[in-house]
Amino acid sequence: MRPLIELPAPARIVERLQETETIFTLRLKLEDAALAAHYRFAPGQFNMLYLPGVGEAPISIAADPRAGLIDHTIRMVGSVTRALAQLPAGAVIGLRGPFGRGWPMPAAEGRDLIIITGGLGCAPSVSAVHAVLAQRARYGRVVLLEGVRHCRDLALKSRFAEWLDHPDLDVQLAVCETNPCADWPWHTGNVLTLMDAMELKPERSLAFLCGPEGMMQAAAEKLVQRGVQAGDIYLSLERNMQCALGLCGHCQLGPHFVCRAGPVFDYATIGPLLGKRGV
Amino acid sequence: MTHALFLPHARLDDLIRQVQSAGYRVIGPKLEAGVIHYAELNVAAELPWGWQAEQTPGRYRLHRSQQTLAFAWAAPAQGLKPWFFAPVEPLWRLRRTPDGFGLEPCLPDAKPIAVLGARACDLAAVARQDRILEHDPHYQARRQDALFIALHCTHPAASCFCTSAGTGPRASRFDLGLTELDTGFVLEVGSPRGGKLIEPLALAGATADQIQAAQTAVAAAAAQQTRRLPAGDLAGRLAACIDHPRWDAVAQRCLACGNCTQACPTCFCHARRETASADGQSAEHSRHWDSCFGELHGHLAGFQVRPQTAQRYRQWLTHKLGNWWAQFGASGCVGCGRCLTWCPAGIDLTEEVAAVLGEAPCGR
Ligand SMILES: Cc1cc2nc3c(=O)[nH]c(=O)nc-3n(C[C@H](O)[C@H](O)[C@H](O)COP(=O)(O)OP(=O)(O)OC[C@H]3O[C@@H](n4cnc5c(N)ncnc54)[C@H](O)[C@@H]3O)c2cc1C
Ligand code: SF4
Ligand code: SF4
Ligand code: FES
Repeated sequence: MRPLIELPAPARIVERLQETETIFTLRLKLEDAALAAHYRFAPGQFNMLYLPGVGEAPISIAADPRAGLIDHTIRMVGSVTRALAQLPAGAVIGLRGPFGRGWPMPAAEGRDLIIITGGLGCAPSVSAVHAVLAQRARYGRVVLLEGVRHCRDLALKSRFAEWLDHPDLDVQLAVCETNPCADWPWHTGNVLTLMDAMELKPERSLAFLCGPEGMMQAAAEKLVQRGVQAGDIYLSLERNMQCALGLCGHCQLGPHFVCRAGPVFDYATIGPLLGKRGV
Repeated sequence: MTHALFLPHARLDDLIRQVQSAGYRVIGPKLEAGVIHYAELNVAAELPWGWQAEQTPGRYRLHRSQQTLAFAWAAPAQGLKPWFFAPVEPLWRLRRTPDGFGLEPCLPDAKPIAVLGARACDLAAVARQDRILEHDPHYQARRQDALFIALHCTHPAASCFCTSAGTGPRASRFDLGLTELDTGFVLEVGSPRGGKLIEPLALAGATADQIQAAQTAVAAAAAQQTRRLPAGDLAGRLAACIDHPRWDAVAQRCLACGNCTQACPTCFCHARRETASADGQSAEHSRHWDSCFGELHGHLAGFQVRPQTAQRYRQWLTHKLGNWWAQFGASGCVGCGRCLTWCPAGIDLTEEVAAVLGEAPCGR
């Protein structure tokens, strides 16, 4: 059994950050120096995090690719994520990965990049933003539209503060609820409403979408209407994943194994399957 | 069948001993718990001599027959899948240490098996799974040295449609191939390994009449089958029929029990399970067969991908007959008929796919 592929490798939590009431970030370091030295990931890929005695869960890699550490931003929803939330810095968990196909960063070079996310959809996109900032000159305009349901949901506040002030990023935030928190200085409404006022050169633009499937589909349709090619729109999908190896069958969407062919797909490929319930 | 030999019924034990002494565990059909299934076998007397099996949608019955043949029945209750892709497979064992934990990989360490009487449909299913699990260490550990003594079918059940699935009744890849006649078997050598194995038996060549009789019997088995799959590009045609009303109609009868997926020799879906000891000091991580009919197959936080039975039945049928082509370059159905035999509601996939595809193409 190959370590990091079939067999989880021990990884120590070197830092733990509480982002919101239910969202936290684990900063991990592989215990085995040789495995750590060879570990490489592309923005948009994911790891299977293993909590001994509980099980595994697929979690996007949100890390800054320069840092040599592996960041995961996690929302507590079920058995593995709730138990992971209890762990202090210093604890050891298991990790397999990286898996899947991430964002097409080379295709984005020389183009304008529009990143639209909803809720914790920001986790997969964080690594894309980091990749852009690491080589900012390679990309055109970079727009980040982030929607959250409640203002307390805004994960990664510190990162956002940094990005909001960044001269090379155009960041806009939207909160969905009708009564936003008193200190909410940004837009109120669906993230899609931010798109209406967005400047866009369709032939120059590439879009990365992540978040709930309905939101991504609606955003993709809006972009198509404004002249962006379906093949230039990328979506990060979520499915039940148990193996991440293209073997367990749980992540199937039509003919695709989302763990292997995705989680990032272009809209031309995946669009026709998205509107179909239960495919 | 140019170099065929003849193995009299009375010498089947010589073949079994020969295989055993070459280091294999012999697996063959046995009548146990009211069904014929593949099980460990030591002597030819354990084969289901003189039995026949009736298989129709939702029905499996064994009958005594006048002839005393060993293989006068069709697909065993379960295919060869459990012997290579285990229903439960431990993947690793965990032990806590003062500084974290250690993982010990679990790999099966069993003697290679030799299957006596492997059916064409089941060998085709093994070939399908070989493709899927090509890089899986657990599957390969069980599979890589396996030896196959095929049995070309002469007694298909009413549930069989291997002819239209293009997989049988004659097996295409084997080490040794048998066709049963009244007093013994016409035996073909399919690999150098198979040839070496039977050399010491010094069997006589089959006569032209015996060879002819064997060919006629297999051809008759093909002609006897009445069920069939529609011809043509099923992947494309089914993809166009996502909204067909038949999916809702079949869901009125389907219990979503998952028997079809458990009986199917090609289905590969599995779930992972972590079992911790009471003191929390150790755990075992294993995989076990799962089904796309199950409630947890498509569950996500706050979202169920396929909440309705109609969607699950559609997943099963369109995966088997359609999407499998894009994934693995072949159909996921080998025509063994088990899913209809073992369906408690007697749902017949050949009937369902015919109803969905109908005479007119969908969506036009
Ligand atoms: C590619 C990919 C990337 C991802 N990236 C991230 C990420 O960066 N951050 C993140 O937080 N999440 C991410 N996810 C989602 C994350 O994988 C899931 O939230 C996680 O698997 C939940 O695991 P769990 O064991 O905690 O929850 P589970 O125990 O599996 O439960 C999940 C949900 O299902 C419900 N549920 C549990 N058991 C049952 C049952 N028996 N029947 C019905 N419903 C049940 C629970 O109520 C809960 O809402 C990603 C998923 C994918 C596929
Ligand atoms: S998705 Fe369903 S039909 Fe396809 S392999 Fe899995 S259990 Fe079988
Ligand atoms: S789908 Fe049915 S007939 Fe086809 S291989 Fe599976 S069990 Fe056999
Ligand atoms: S997660 Fe198992 S096949 Fe994709």
